[in-house]
Amino acid sequence: MATARYAPGDRVRVRRDAPAGHHRTPWYVKGKTGWVDALYGAFRNPETLAYGGSGVPERALYRVQFNQADTWENYGGSPNDKVCVDIYEHWLEPA
Amino acid sequence: MAPRAHDRGGWPNDRPIDRREHQWMDWERQAQVLPGILARKGLMVTDELRRGIEALLVEQYESLSYHERWSVSLETLLIEKGILTGEEIDAKAGAIERRWS
Repeated sequence: MATARYAPGDRVRVRRDAPAGHHRTPWYVKGKTGWVDALYGAFRNPETLAYGGSGVPERALYRVQFNQADTWENYGGSPNDKVCVDIYEHWLEPA
Repeated sequence: MAPRAHDRGGWPNDRPIDRREHQWMDWERQAQVLPGILARKGLMVTDELRRGIEALLVEQYESLSYHERWSVSLETLLIEKGILTGEEIDAKAGAIERRWS
């Protein structure tokens, strides 16, 4: 795999984008900031696989962790609560 | 940012999650395995199935059940890929309907 851009612990923000086509990033983390928890490796890109493409070049996939309090307005649970979302590298920017 | 119909995580909902076990119909079992068979034959990938489901109109998405959405997506993809024609599918569906009525 080509070198991954991010490492565990890096602060990252999810791009605010709403492409018409298939993508795996859920709306509720778009624009939100969290940190990289783990790098899974590189996988074929679902955004092109969905349309019969080859999915290459592969993209790095990360487990990104967010504070629930940062993700939701008026979050009523514990300030220690987290949510993890698997996000492809091209959806992330440094925060 | 308004999420599309399939992009369900985090939608506000005060109702508790329905945790009842779903009884699967035979056709649902067939719908469940068909993508895997098509993938094994190199005809389709899971990402395409998802794309087909996401392409449903909102009214369709909300009114169809889980496996009905899979079935619509599969039908769309099979026609798109030239594996079956709409006419072949309709003819078979008509024959099944007559057999059961």
